[in-house]
Amino acid sequence: MTIVDPIKEQAPVDPNVVNLTINDKPVVARKGELIIAAADRTDDFIPRFCYHPRMSPVGMCRQCLVEVETPRGPMMVVSCMTPVAEGQVVRTATDSVKKAQEGVLELLLANHPLDCPVCDKGGECPLQDQAFSHGPGESRFVEEKRHYEKPIAISDIVYLDRERCILCDRCTRFADEVAGDALITFTSRGNDTQVLTFPDEPFSSYFSGNTVQICPVGALTAKPYRFKARPWDLEQTESTCTSCSVGCRTVVQSSRDELVRYQGVDIDPVNWGWLCDRGRYNFESVNSPDRLTTPLVKNGAEHVATSWSVALENASRMIRMSLAQNANSVAILGGARGTNEDAFAWAMLADKLGINQRDAQLGDGLSPEIFNIAQATIDETCAASTIILLSPDLKEELPVLYLRVRDAAQKRKARIVEFSSRDSGLSPYAWRTVGFEPGHQAQVVRETLTSAEMKEQLGRGQVVVIVGRPNLAENEVFTLQALAEVFGVVPNAKVLPVLRRGNVRGAVAAGLTPQNNSGDAIDILNAAAAGKIECLILLGADPMSDVADAGLVQRALAQVKNLISIDTFVNSSNRNADIVLPAAAYGEKNGTTTNLEGRVSNVVQKITPRGTSRPDWMIATELSIALGVDIGVSSLEDLNQKLVSSVPAFAPSADAKSTHGDGVLMTRETPVTISGSQTKAVDRNAYNYRLIVSRTMYDTAQSTVASPSLVGIINDSAIYVHPLDLARIGVVEGTNVRVGAEGTNVVIAIRAHNGVHRGTAWLPFNHTGVDVRPLLNIAGDVVDVRIEPIK
Amino acid sequence: MSRLNDTNVKLAREIIARYPRPKSALIPLLHLSQEQNGYITREAMQHLGELVGVTSAEVYGTASFYEMFKFEPVGKYLINICGTMSCALMGAEELMHHAEKKLGVRAGGTTQDGMFTLAHAECQAACTEAPTLQVNYRYRLRVTPADLDNLIDNLKAGKLNDEFPAHGVLAKVRQTIPAERAVGAKAPEDVTESPAWLDGKAAL
Amino acid sequence: MSKTYVHAPGFVAGDRPKIVTSRFEFADSFTLERYLATDGYKGLRAALARPANEIHEDVKSATVLGRGGAGFPAGTKWGLTPQQVWPRYLVVNGDESEPGTYKDRLLMERDPHQLIEGCLIACYAAGLSQCFLYIRGEMALAQERVATALNEAYAAGYVGKNILGSKFSVDIILHWGAGAYVVGEETALIESLEGNRGMPRLKPPFFPAANGLYGQPTIVNNVETLANLPWLLCNGVAAYTAIGTKTSPGTRMVAVSGHVKRPGVYEIINGTTTFRDLIYGQEFCGGIRNDNALKTFVPGGGSAPWFTPDQLDLPFEASQVGPAGSMLGSGAVMVMDETTDIPAAALTLTHFYAHESCGKCTPCREGGTWLERILRRVVDGNGTDADLQQLLEVGAMICPGAFPHAANEKLGLTAVPFPYKMTTICFVGPSAFAPVHSALTLFRSEFEARVKKRVTIPVTAVGVSA
Repeated sequence: MTIVDPIKEQAPVDPNVVNLTINDKPVVARKGELIIAAADRTDDFIPRFCYHPRMSPVGMCRQCLVEVETPRGPMMVVSCMTPVAEGQVVRTATDSVKKAQEGVLELLLANHPLDCPVCDKGGECPLQDQAFSHGPGESRFVEEKRHYEKPIAISDIVYLDRERCILCDRCTRFADEVAGDALITFTSRGNDTQVLTFPDEPFSSYFSGNTVQICPVGALTAKPYRFKARPWDLEQTESTCTSCSVGCRTVVQSSRDELVRYQGVDIDPVNWGWLCDRGRYNFESVNSPDRLTTPLVKNGAEHVATSWSVALENASRMIRMSLAQNANSVAILGGARGTNEDAFAWAMLADKLGINQRDAQLGDGLSPEIFNIAQATIDETCAASTIILLSPDLKEELPVLYLRVRDAAQKRKARIVEFSSRDSGLSPYAWRTVGFEPGHQAQVVRETLTSAEMKEQLGRGQVVVIVGRPNLAENEVFTLQALAEVFGVVPNAKVLPVLRRGNVRGAVAAGLTPQNNSGDAIDILNAAAAGKIECLILLGADPMSDVADAGLVQRALAQVKNLISIDTFVNSSNRNADIVLPAAAYGEKNGTTTNLEGRVSNVVQKITPRGTSRPDWMIATELSIALGVDIGVSSLEDLNQKLVSSVPAFAPSADAKSTHGDGVLMTRETPVTISGSQTKAVDRNAYNYRLIVSRTMYDTAQSTVASPSLVGIINDSAIYVHPLDLARIGVVEGTNVRVGAEGTNVVIAIRAHNGVHRGTAWLPFNHTGVDVRPLLNIAGDVVDVRIEPIK
Repeated sequence: MSRLNDTNVKLAREIIARYPRPKSALIPLLHLSQEQNGYITREAMQHLGELVGVTSAEVYGTASFYEMFKFEPVGKYLINICGTMSCALMGAEELMHHAEKKLGVRAGGTTQDGMFTLAHAECQAACTEAPTLQVNYRYRLRVTPADLDNLIDNLKAGKLNDEFPAHGVLAKVRQTIPAERAVGAKAPEDVTESPAWLDGKAAL
Repeated sequence: MSKTYVHAPGFVAGDRPKIVTSRFEFADSFTLERYLATDGYKGLRAALARPANEIHEDVKSATVLGRGGAGFPAGTKWGLTPQQVWPRYLVVNGDESEPGTYKDRLLMERDPHQLIEGCLIACYAAGLSQCFLYIRGEMALAQERVATALNEAYAAGYVGKNILGSKFSVDIILHWGAGAYVVGEETALIESLEGNRGMPRLKPPFFPAANGLYGQPTIVNNVETLANLPWLLCNGVAAYTAIGTKTSPGTRMVAVSGHVKRPGVYEIINGTTTFRDLIYGQEFCGGIRNDNALKTFVPGGGSAPWFTPDQLDLPFEASQVGPAGSMLGSGAVMVMDETTDIPAAALTLTHFYAHESCGKCTPCREGGTWLERILRRVVDGNGTDADLQQLLEVGAMICPGAFPHAANEKLGLTAVPFPYKMTTICFVGPSAFAPVHSALTLFRSEFEARVKKRVTIPVTAVGVSA
């Protein structure tokens, strides 16, 4: 509660500050703020169902009725739609308010089934809680209640029980207003009103889990949690999601030492309480029975379980022997999926051993110099006048950032100028969408931004460029060239780098990035393929799945003499590793993580690691001791102290508490300017299709495949072309075609897609079924393919 | 084939262009669709969603709110008997019972030959002429049971085809705006100036 | 004895000034030809010959009251739009569906050009750049007549670009409703016009004049209100205010239905005509059918609390009807004679409002249906006396505090003035309770005779321990 300070009262009146009283206690509020929001800062709770602070108020459940003094006496108003006013007198608990609130609650309960004992929401149900705190105690409703078929699946994940629904419009409003997926809606009218999807069209939104979280009753439930636990049996801790680099704040909940649910936590600078479904439900993979629980060593063609001491001893011997050959014969790939501390411990170990060849990225990101250009935060991006997109489809790769940017374009003044070779989730909200053929973006950006209309727009205020890797089948240089073109026109623009992997920014800052001018991940793999790498350490990396040129990885792994993998699962890269060390997964370890804007926040352990798995940092420490180069880490706290004191970027997180809640921004480097290199893309032969390869939210990522609720949502591989190109090729949707490039052929189903431009073809990366990666030779700057019908 | 046919698509585009935002045309287009098919089909809603740029779910949400849109086939003649107060005071209930007997169906039902659907209706804005009914939204006023018998017999005999087009046909006359006379609709954000005639002077 | 015209069913002419029904005597009143022959579009010419703001001033000083139900002066309403926000729209509310109300449909069917001219004058005066004429879906003939008239008017240069060769340009778009009573509420009408479910928005903040169609300033006017404007412009403010009273000038159309000898639609003089005139006057309804006794009447559409013979001498004047415990509403009087089954009559209205609830807000969605179910049980003879109390308590959840009702000498009741408090967004919820409350307050004995006396066994008498 905010008490007005009598001394401050004499200060000049701020026009944006409003003084009112709620239940005779003074409250200071922001002009335009709603009474219910102002009251939330006091001890007086106003009951509510439809109100949600992140969505437009609708004032329809009527539960938040309060009295406001007017010249004609007290007037009953809904506090979720009535703004505060200077001198306003609000009362939330008079007899008539209580009577009204009790009345609304009795009415809400009239048709609500009394199945609380078998309802997942029971125990954490706003309807149940407020029936106790603000309800009438008993119901006088003796009529037959409304009946509907008990829960119906409205998507692969979400179930809807219309009998429990109190029609608060939260889920439907979220779907339409926040997610832009108006796939659930009120249907029918009056007492027959129900939430439904269009018949046989599921609620297939990437954000459907949020509706379950904000449902104030048990009407919406999600498959991964249904009947798994009771709220009073849950233990929970606040943490940060690392499924991608947005860094959404979450609550991690467990029961009987198993993760059972994530819920979004509302923090202002990042996720506003929302999560994407992948981030929300891929905890199932942590509980997977396929998790690695014990170290494995190769014995002939087989992996056999062994003890940590044997495994570490073997690993240190391999590293030592390789180093003895040549300092450049050891390399580390990965580290972006761990904590800052994990990365730092491994960087310290690498430093001690003189290993320069390390890279947390896998050739699918951008050069780390991107972090040294003038940076924008997510908030700064969304407050900008112009947001330029040189990025992958945010809806697919960084879903909650998509929600923020969409909100900025829909509800704030931001205008999106999108440069892309394929329509994205944000295209419908873009002010201008400018297409380009991969390789030609720099020229298109230059021509577009110098138009009179665009100059006027760019002159309106801050310009932020969201920049990432839009296409795995083109050289990253093209994106950097295009970015340089933007800076040529708008020198004071800022960038929001959107490299997708969970903690890639933290790992790079902590030192898991090429040192002393050594090569990046692709160079390392090339060196390995050429037999120059004796020992390769995969630190939570699965290059076979993540590097576009799988052929290169295959050759590299075949040539490496000693392959050491630290991972949570056996995967296609470490299947033949000499040593596999089981790593603790998300939820099983403490530390900090860094999101794409450089925000450091904590991740918190909730359950004990599976089997004997342990955090990466601990493995690095133990290895360092075994190698005789002790990095001197005695505990996580000790490691964290070393990190914040020796890496200036992390200094702001020195006080561990600062990483809780909103987190704290890393120190930003003095910005440098960017200069694009002069690489030029070849022209496309008119018979060919230029390839765009990008990720979708659900792909064969380990955490998705190992999550039973998500694995079924992954699409089968297909190549997508514009409908007119489909006609040109002369095949019908769904038939198999032969796609060829440089002597390689892949037979794959073809589909029409309005968002694909003519002359290009889109291949979603890592979908199930046909392996398309033989087509991707990332040594070339772009990839052109022939598409032919199969005779 | 329950998407709009080519003629109706053309008409639909004309109607959409009259509004500052396409979704505003949704209800008129649902009527058009019902006129074409007799009721609102699933494919029709998907098609209308494409035309006005909203999801099928949004079309369904809107359509299902309004009484006039039927999601299953109804009779060629929809007989709505008003039962609200003034009509109730003047014998609506008796009229309904009589109609049920005459047609051999309960209120809400459709005769086996698909000719008639009988339904309860709410106030039809003809209260002084109670009791009233509508056949496909065209009135019969101060209806006695004998009038009703006559009406049904004549409808069956095809004597009233001119007065009562089949269910779905709402208005036999549509608005047409000659292109040279139309001001044209603009999205609200594209209008920034005050109307030309607000210049403080007489328009003529 | 008043004349009736077969081509204007229900309309009863009379020897009174006619502002909006002057052409009803002609069988071809809806044609452009007839309209032009009877001063048609003269008001528009008169308006365009003067600056727009002067026309707005005229409408203000003539106090043209809204005829849709709330009775708010149109000129004042037009002035509530925020300065310098464009575009502004006119939405014409032709979704007439309040039980008992029958006038807008007549105006649209019989004199569509008068409505079109009214729309044009309003757009000119208030700077409204597009007009949407929302006509109730179930009115096929009105749709056809207005469509025809608009087509004629466009062709003749009265609507569209450069009207009558002037700099005034406006489109009038005919829009179809699809059957939902609640859409008659202005914010629901706007939602419906946006292609959405017709669910009302909360006022504030969604006062249409400031934040209406597509979030723009929007004037929503009733058909009859706009139909007044051509006459006003032709004849001037003084002629208009010479009719009726100072606070309620002009005429208004009133539909009287139910148990009267000559039910019909009358254009009456505002402010002075009394309910007794209307129900018993020879130029009006001529008394109760079969000379029965008057039991009760609904003075202002199905939403209004009921009056009894005690209130017969009240005039059609909002400032008197409100304090007497009801409202004038949409100009609809429904008359019930001594033979009326009051609980059953109340049920038809409660059923109507429960059925027409949009479902948006809890008290209306749940409370309306609850009321209907209890009342139906009572009417069917399965109720208990506890049900009667429960009716009032459910009603209190929708309308807390004293609910308006009329004075009644016999019952010793003093009036509770209009309006009521409500927990709902719009008036549909309270309207479901209004007939229940009136009927129970004024005719409780009829309910009591209907319910079973339930014997309540005290809890202590139940032999739990035995």
